[in-house]
Amino acid sequence: MNQQPLYLDKLTTDLLEPVSLQVKPGEIACLSGPSGSGKSRLLRAIADLDPHEGSVRLGDYTQAKVPAHHWRRMVMLVPAESAWWFDTVGEHMYTPQSATLQELGLEPEVMEWPVDRLSSGEKQRLALVRAVSCEPAALLLDEPTANLDPDTTRLVEHWLTGYIREREIPAFWVAHDSEQIERVGDQHLHIAGGRLEGH
Amino acid sequence: MGVIELSWWQLAMAASLVVLLSLCIYLARLGLAGSLLLAAARTAVQLALVGLVLEALFSVGSLPWVALMGGVMLLLAGREVMARQQRRLRGGWSFGIGTAAMFVSAFSVTVLTLVAVIGPTPWYEPQYAIPLLGMLLGNTMTGVALGLDRLTEGLWAQRQLVENRLMLGEPWSRACGGIRREAMRSGLMPIINSMAAAGIVSLPGMMTGQILSGTAPALAVKYQILIMFAIAAGTGFGAFLAVSIASRRLFDGRERLRLDRLGSGRGR
Repeated sequence: MNQQPLYLDKLTTDLLEPVSLQVKPGEIACLSGPSGSGKSRLLRAIADLDPHEGSVRLGDYTQAKVPAHHWRRMVMLVPAESAWWFDTVGEHMYTPQSATLQELGLEPEVMEWPVDRLSSGEKQRLALVRAVSCEPAALLLDEPTANLDPDTTRLVEHWLTGYIREREIPAFWVAHDSEQIERVGDQHLHIAGGRLEGH
Repeated sequence: MGVIELSWWQLAMAASLVVLLSLCIYLARLGLAGSLLLAAARTAVQLALVGLVLEALFSVGSLPWVALMGGVMLLLAGREVMARQQRRLRGGWSFGIGTAAMFVSAFSVTVLTLVAVIGPTPWYEPQYAIPLLGMLLGNTMTGVALGLDRLTEGLWAQRQLVENRLMLGEPWSRACGGIRREAMRSGLMPIINSMAAAGIVSLPGMMTGQILSGTAPALAVKYQILIMFAIAAGTGFGAFLAVSIASRRLFDGRERLRLDRLGSGRGR
């Protein structure tokens, strides 16, 4: 399943001109641009959550030819604001994730916590834990450190880059902070005026 | 077995009670006197007209006319289901789904009850068919309207949650499963409540009517039980169908949540 590049071929959303590019396995493509410029919409199109033109491929899998829920399980979007629907955190996890929790600075007991007790920073990290508990083959990260303090941001950056490179999965990472883009990005794509430009 | 004749001047006496009430409301400045009188007038006119239609229908008693009456009742019920939605499916889907669900459930339960249970000759005898269908449609309409409204409101309010579940690779039916169950529940609650309270808290209207017109209470009770069961089946299947079709319609072939297929909400 892993080690497959992600190809976008003339992918077109409402806000963007057609985008064609490739993200190699283990590579992080940072995406920046003013708010409302279409970063999240691009990720939603890659995850097939919004109607769009053009095609997306993960290795030999073509988006339109795989059942939608299988595709989303492989090409996993982690939104900036996560939602929680069961009573406790642990019920949301598909596989046990004790090692990941520790690396993200969370206690193992967090699995027993009721979800309404979580802070926004805890939710953000736990959304990442939940996503990797599905063992995705590509990650689409929408501002994964938006609600975190500087120390935790570094911790999450370190863990995410390690995870992506070790598993050799392609990833998109929406970021605002140019220093963060410098630290984690293998390529940097900037949206301006409805166009995606490489840096 | 006879019923005391009611003449129009006796109804006028009952009407004077309503007029008295509206006078009190007017003096108390509750601002409802106008709508109360209008509603009372509508009741009188509408029921008088239906009375004329039913008199004519009973005297003809042929299947095409009974079917036409049933069809008109169904379309009016479909319109009412649509009118009760806060957020309607665009392109006539709200009317279509509501009407189709009521057609399948209310009509088939009515025909089944007529043919297999009551068994009048002919089976479409309007004296039995029309009141039965009317009661079934009235209740199914409430169930379908509540179920659909709850479904669309729930998906609208919880769209972030539903989409997050989709992002985690859940099939659409699981992602909206909780909301669908809630919608079904709210469609079924009224009939469950009225079955549970029947005879204890309230005497059901049809039974009361039959007893007033001279039917023996034991027989009236049997008819009421029959009607309750028929209504429960009609409402349940109607709400189930409507919620299933409408929730399928709110996701597309790629299992995306398509709230753009809903019209904008009316203010409450």
